[in-house]
Amino acid sequence: MTNIPETGRTSRITIRLVVIQILVFSLLLTLGGRLWYLQIRQGDEFAAEAAGNHVQQVVQPAVRGSIVDARGVPIADNETRLVVSVDRTELSKLPDDGEEVLADLAELLELSEEEVAHRVRLCDAETPQPCWNGSPYQPIPITDEATTEQTLQIRERAEEFPGVSAEPTAVRRYPAPEGARSAQVLGYLSPVTDEEVAESEDTDSPLLRSDQIGRSGLERTYDSYLRGESGVTRYEVDKFGRVLGEAENDPAMAGANVVTSLDSRLQAVVEEELVGAMERAQAEHDDITGRNYEADSGAAVVLENDTGRVVAMASAPDYDPNVWVGGISSDEYARLTDEDANDPLINRAIQGQGPPGSTFKVVSSTAAVNAGYDFDSRYNCSSSYDIGGQTFRNFESSSYGPISLGQAIEVSCNTVFYGLAHREWQRDGGNNPVDEPNDYFFNTAHGFGLGTQTGIDLPNEVPGRIPDRQWKQDYWEANKDEWCEIAESDRDDYPARIARENCTEGMKMRAGDMLNFSIGQGDVLVTPIQLATVYAAIGNGGTLYQPSVGKAVVAADGRVIEEFEPQATGELPADEQTIEDLRDATASVITTGSAAWKFGGWPQNEIPLHGKTGTAEGAGDQQTSSWLATFTDDYTVVMTISQAGTGSGASGDAVRHIWEAIYGVQGGGVNEDAALLPEPITELPEIDETGAIVPPPDEDEDADEERDASGEAGQEQGQPGETFDQGDPGGQGDQGDAGEQPEGAEQFVPGGTPLPPDAGDSQASWDARASWNAGASRAGPAPVPLAENPPERETQTRREDE
Amino acid sequence: MNNHHLRVDGLGPDPGPWRRLTARDSVLRRVDWVLLLAALALSVIGILLVWSATRNRTEINSGDPHYFLVRQGINLALGLALAVGVMWLGHHRLRSAVPLFFAFSMLFMLLVFTPLGTEINGQRAWLSIGGYTLQPGEFAKVAIILGMAVILADQVDAGDRDYPSRRAVLQALALATAPLCVVVIDDMGMAMVLSVIVLGILLASGAPLKWSIGLMLAGVVGAALVWALGVLDDYQLDRFAAFADPSRDPAGVGYNTNQARIAIGSGQLDGKGLFQGTQTTGQFVPEQHTDFIFTVAGEELGFLGAGGIIVLIGVVLWRALRIARDSSELYGTIIAAGIVAWFAFQCFENIGMALGIMPVAGVPLPFLSYGGTAMFAVWIAIGLLQSVRMKRPLTA
Repeated sequence: MTNIPETGRTSRITIRLVVIQILVFSLLLTLGGRLWYLQIRQGDEFAAEAAGNHVQQVVQPAVRGSIVDARGVPIADNETRLVVSVDRTELSKLPDDGEEVLADLAELLELSEEEVAHRVRLCDAETPQPCWNGSPYQPIPITDEATTEQTLQIRERAEEFPGVSAEPTAVRRYPAPEGARSAQVLGYLSPVTDEEVAESEDTDSPLLRSDQIGRSGLERTYDSYLRGESGVTRYEVDKFGRVLGEAENDPAMAGANVVTSLDSRLQAVVEEELVGAMERAQAEHDDITGRNYEADSGAAVVLENDTGRVVAMASAPDYDPNVWVGGISSDEYARLTDEDANDPLINRAIQGQGPPGSTFKVVSSTAAVNAGYDFDSRYNCSSSYDIGGQTFRNFESSSYGPISLGQAIEVSCNTVFYGLAHREWQRDGGNNPVDEPNDYFFNTAHGFGLGTQTGIDLPNEVPGRIPDRQWKQDYWEANKDEWCEIAESDRDDYPARIARENCTEGMKMRAGDMLNFSIGQGDVLVTPIQLATVYAAIGNGGTLYQPSVGKAVVAADGRVIEEFEPQATGELPADEQTIEDLRDATASVITTGSAAWKFGGWPQNEIPLHGKTGTAEGAGDQQTSSWLATFTDDYTVVMTISQAGTGSGASGDAVRHIWEAIYGVQGGGVNEDAALLPEPITELPEIDETGAIVPPPDEDEDADEERDASGEAGQEQGQPGETFDQGDPGGQGDQGDAGEQPEGAEQFVPGGTPLPPDAGDSQASWDARASWNAGASRAGPAPVPLAENPPERETQTRREDE
Repeated sequence: MNNHHLRVDGLGPDPGPWRRLTARDSVLRRVDWVLLLAALALSVIGILLVWSATRNRTEINSGDPHYFLVRQGINLALGLALAVGVMWLGHHRLRSAVPLFFAFSMLFMLLVFTPLGTEINGQRAWLSIGGYTLQPGEFAKVAIILGMAVILADQVDAGDRDYPSRRAVLQALALATAPLCVVVIDDMGMAMVLSVIVLGILLASGAPLKWSIGLMLAGVVGAALVWALGVLDDYQLDRFAAFADPSRDPAGVGYNTNQARIAIGSGQLDGKGLFQGTQTTGQFVPEQHTDFIFTVAGEELGFLGAGGIIVLIGVVLWRALRIARDSSELYGTIIAAGIVAWFAFQCFENIGMALGIMPVAGVPLPFLSYGGTAMFAVWIAIGLLQSVRMKRPLTA
């Protein structure tokens, strides 16, 4: 123990003081290290947290853009309504979870308590619609149709209605100009889900909890344009929510308006005519099945030939799109999804698919020409065609003798195409195909854009189907296990025999498959929009366009953000002469062929009209479905009705009415004043200095003005008031009668009649899924939000040729 | 005599003021300027931070943004005056007054349990007298240091022994136990500080290690007993544990510590600038002008500023330890070491809880936290340190 002289301090104490010193500085270093870790290493994260901490956001929703038709008439816009909303968070603070408040509210709003309770419950896997699938923290709209009195009541009795608000709010409106609902084309909106908000968080346009987004139709395709950007005001607040700093304000940016190529006047006509045709068919007796036609669904499309723009698109059954506004009610939702409602949410013009029947013969004719057969040579239109002991007949065994391909189209002769297809099949090796078969028929069909989506700017389009060799192989591979299992059983009924054959031979392209395909029957499926693009291409000289509804996007300030130019997707695999031949043949269909009985007196010299009828046989006890594809130089009109009889019979009048409306055909002449669209609208609608799109002047008020204008237009064309005498009336009548008979040619597979298993045509039992109703669910996500996807109907579709 | 003594420069025959001040053993030469300036810098920074934290807290500053600025300024002035007073008296002369000082401290501490006492944040540690709140515990720290120093150093400084006798240690411990018992019930932070001071003094006094080890063991056993017997309320346990796991008390301490960390972390390298802290302005951190004053430094002054504060504290502790080692008597050493233990532990606990590495306890940050009593106590301590350094009072 050494004394330290200076201090008289013993070394023990000195040592201890040194220990204390080391300890003290270690502690300080620890603090410094921790400080470094928090401020330097994790500083960015904490800075972000601090920023989130003290900033409150107040959101002003953006006004959604309008959707207008080609003339600027709004088909989807907004109106101010008194919206009553309920805040679940507030309600949950009440002792009875707000039950009493909701009951009082229901009474005030004259709704049932159940209805209100359903609207505020949160959606989950088990909860049926209606339910709230937005954020639970977001006010839930109960009604957007509150009256001023009700609103005042809620505000004045605020203490009785905690958590209930009543505010004027801009809500979506589908005004249905002229009665054109355009329901499936427009689509609908519904509130964002939490997942969508989370997903969009890091993107350029994050969604807000209060946002509604488009779920189908144009509302979905152009959602990002229409939605706009919500305004956000950021307040710096303290812990208690008191505003401290200056507000940083991002004003709401109203959504852009979408100009479509639709013409609401024509859309109204098309919708009305489609429904009318279905009603007429429903009143008609079907001799084959012995009951009235079902005519359960249908679709119609009007395209501009030179652009692929959709002028009108209807799908029946439809619905009033306004039912979605402000949250759909339970009754409405039940009505829409009821089995009897037959899926009104589906846009059958792009989501319905079926065999095209004889409308397919333009494809088969081209295929034949491509395979080296001359269009104008003579091919025997016998009453029936035999292969391998099976007889394929023309309808009522009609026989026309040697005729050209054009005439075969005109009278819809099947056996000519059977013969050509069979020969090609044999050249490709028949049942033992050569290594690289020519497959003119399949390749031509693909060349016409069939079997793939057209790419129209509407969601969930289905692709149709070309049942080529690859498809047969794929289909066999997908089903062989099932078939072979049945094949190995002891059963010996018809399905078992079919399965047995399919098990071993199902991948082969048979002669029967080929024959069916050549007349648009069997496994081939097309959508109305596909068929319309095909005929529009023939109408424009051979260019396939991607059909489109959107024409331009105009910002709220009137700036044209984007103009969608017509997109050519390819040329028809046909030379000019063939296209010309097809045009002539399809014109004859209207004047003397299978559709002539419906187009008697049509001013063909002035407005040359072309067309092709089709009648597809349904499977089982299903009735035939009708197709009618028609075109002029400018437009194409395609209409199809499921289970409604023949192409011309079911849709002929309706399609004619549509053409009459387009061109103003009245009583065999053309009245330019009455023409809705004598030529396609190429200009965008007028945009005023405020950026608003100006609809044309009101029809009634400015009828004179318009008449003057169209009169001038008519004079420019040099055909004012010219009357048309379409040949001798007697001849027309004869043609009309004649037209009805050759309509349906051979019924090669009678509906519901079992084929012998060795008939070489066993698809009858496989094509279980192609149907009008199942299209959407096969092609992709069903329109959301539905409690479930539309039920996939096991509809056997087997259609008969005309 | 009195007039004479009040003059700081009143030393012996008058050789002229300048000569007196610059003389080899003059006051100015003997004062530890580094210590003084570091302590003064910390106090001034503290005043600014308190100001920043209270500028817009209208609910406590009666609408006057300068209320706490002025008050803390006065506190510092009074503290400086107390320090000078202590330097003038000198720790030796105080020796005789220690019993009285200790008795008064105890009395004050017990008064807390009379109607004069006030409960703040669940701790009954304040005396409310005439609109002023005092924290008697702060003076108890000084009292314990002086009291134990007197007892432990008595025989050693007299040259009778090298180290304190067992008897002296027991006496010193008995002395310290009294205030400890008073605070342990309601003021955990204070209890911890007092315990650490006692431990530091025992170590520095040269008493056998067994005492120190025994004391630490007693602390551990005591803590275990407190835990096992459920003496503490649940909220106290949650407060204690929430620094490591904010979910233990998400609305209370967990929230507080989380907000404190956000405030400090978001200051980053150079801080948001004085008065610019969003966490501070938005009052997201509780008790920000008192126990969580360091978060203001972290947010507004950044790593450079807050790190600078830690460095300044390091300077104070370094000088204090230096004084402890340089003291020729055990009495001075023990005083200085006790003050080191006191400052070091309080700084570590206070800053540690702001940084989320120590449990939350109501312990002010010396020099920086708002509070009159605490300010007086630390400046008395500075005065004592200076006195020890000077070895004789200003008047001697």
